[in-house]
Amino acid sequence: MTLDFGVIADNWRFLLVQGLLGIGAFGGGTLALAVPTIVLAFLLGIGIALGRLSAQPWLYYPASLYVQVIRGVPLVMVVFWFWFFIPIAVGVPLPQYWVALAAFVVFEAAYLGEIIRAGIQSVPRGQVEAAQATGLRYTTTMRHVVLPQAVRNMLPSLVTQFIILVKDTSLASIIGYMDLTKAAQTVNQREIRPFELYLFIAVVYWLLTYGMSLGSRALERRTSTGVTGRVATVASS
Amino acid sequence: MPRPFLALAYQFQWSVLWTSPYLGWLLQGVLTTLTLALLGWLLAAALGAVFGAVRTAPSRVLRSLGATYVEFFRNVPLLVWMFLWYFGVPQVLPSPVQDWLNRHNGEFVAAVAALGVYHGARIAEVVRAGIQSIPATQLEAALSTGLTVSQAYRLVLVPIALRLIVPPLTNESLNLLKNSSLALTISVAETTFMTRQIESYTARGFEALTAGTLIYLGLCLGVSAAMARVERRVAIPGLIVRGGGVAH
Repeated sequence: MTLDFGVIADNWRFLLVQGLLGIGAFGGGTLALAVPTIVLAFLLGIGIALGRLSAQPWLYYPASLYVQVIRGVPLVMVVFWFWFFIPIAVGVPLPQYWVALAAFVVFEAAYLGEIIRAGIQSVPRGQVEAAQATGLRYTTTMRHVVLPQAVRNMLPSLVTQFIILVKDTSLASIIGYMDLTKAAQTVNQREIRPFELYLFIAVVYWLLTYGMSLGSRALERRTSTGVTGRVATVASS
Repeated sequence: MPRPFLALAYQFQWSVLWTSPYLGWLLQGVLTTLTLALLGWLLAAALGAVFGAVRTAPSRVLRSLGATYVEFFRNVPLLVWMFLWYFGVPQVLPSPVQDWLNRHNGEFVAAVAALGVYHGARIAEVVRAGIQSIPATQLEAALSTGLTVSQAYRLVLVPIALRLIVPPLTNESLNLLKNSSLALTISVAETTFMTRQIESYTARGFEALTAGTLIYLGLCLGVSAAMARVERRVAIPGLIVRGGGVAH
């Protein structure tokens, strides 16, 4: 069977505008799901990380259990849990968007939490002691001293996880959310050109994630030049 | 009438999990998951070892070949690879091969290929990091004993790297095991697929999902424990800091 990339020329607008951006009759959109997931999962991840570092057993054990359980289960399973559970808990079925968003935030927060925990632990103990010595409270110390430094240290792993997250959003298509993958499936039902269509979205995903990794490398170069001197001085003193 | 709260609205019936045929479905699902993950892992490990080594090779052409493979295959969602291998690739194969695939579990072959090639790219990065952590003098010493470059890689560098990378490799193997669940989208009857099937036959979603979740947790714990033993067995004395920061 010969290849015919005319199918891309005919449908690229639907695939990109509807599937990638989420503008159109179906709602949906890979980016419309990925961006809020990144923000919310990062915030929840900070909470998980602080719980994992807490000296209070009632914070430490639940946070640790959360991380261990989620990391031992496939994402599809978490998506199906929410797909099944939300209608029972809320009483009405929610649109796929909210189910997918909830599942992804809960899943990715476990991974982000571990990255953030490692980042916080990489900040020298002396920094916290110095902050407390100047009279800062726990929250102020975290917000103005520890987290800004921790974020710099964990930036590479963090961006890697964000890239994984963007790829993971393709799983929302399983419950019928109109993302890039679902858009390709929808077009394919009419055109029966799976090779061309799936190869095209593979390239789109690739451009998106590869662009993110290039951006993160540039960001790392920018932030690291300002910081290495300082951390080295602190560590050696 | 006020709606009953959560569990009250739901009648539990755990016995479906050990009634025929549902118990058999679950066991079949686990068996398929294990076979799929094992075959996918073998393919991924082979691809990962070759391309990871190639990425550190002295030849610029070989290095960029390795980089192209890694960057393309790991930056596209596994789900898209599943669809491409299952729906797309047969379209460009000669029809005798298509017929053969249709008669021989084409979806299983596609799932193994997708898992192997995707995780191969990720394992290649682990292998590359392992090789690069070996001091350059090891390569020089190997070459000075008269080995060719490919012999030095095959007999010295890669074996040492494989022993160094057990912790991150464990992590990646667990990812592969969990990701094998995506094969349900191309109707491979693995654990998640069977979980869903039990849910739709019995309407016992809570019980079915609990069973699936516990199965994956158990498998992951089992693999972790087995790999921890392997790690102790193959550790190079003096080279690995136990519990160190290799895996993030």
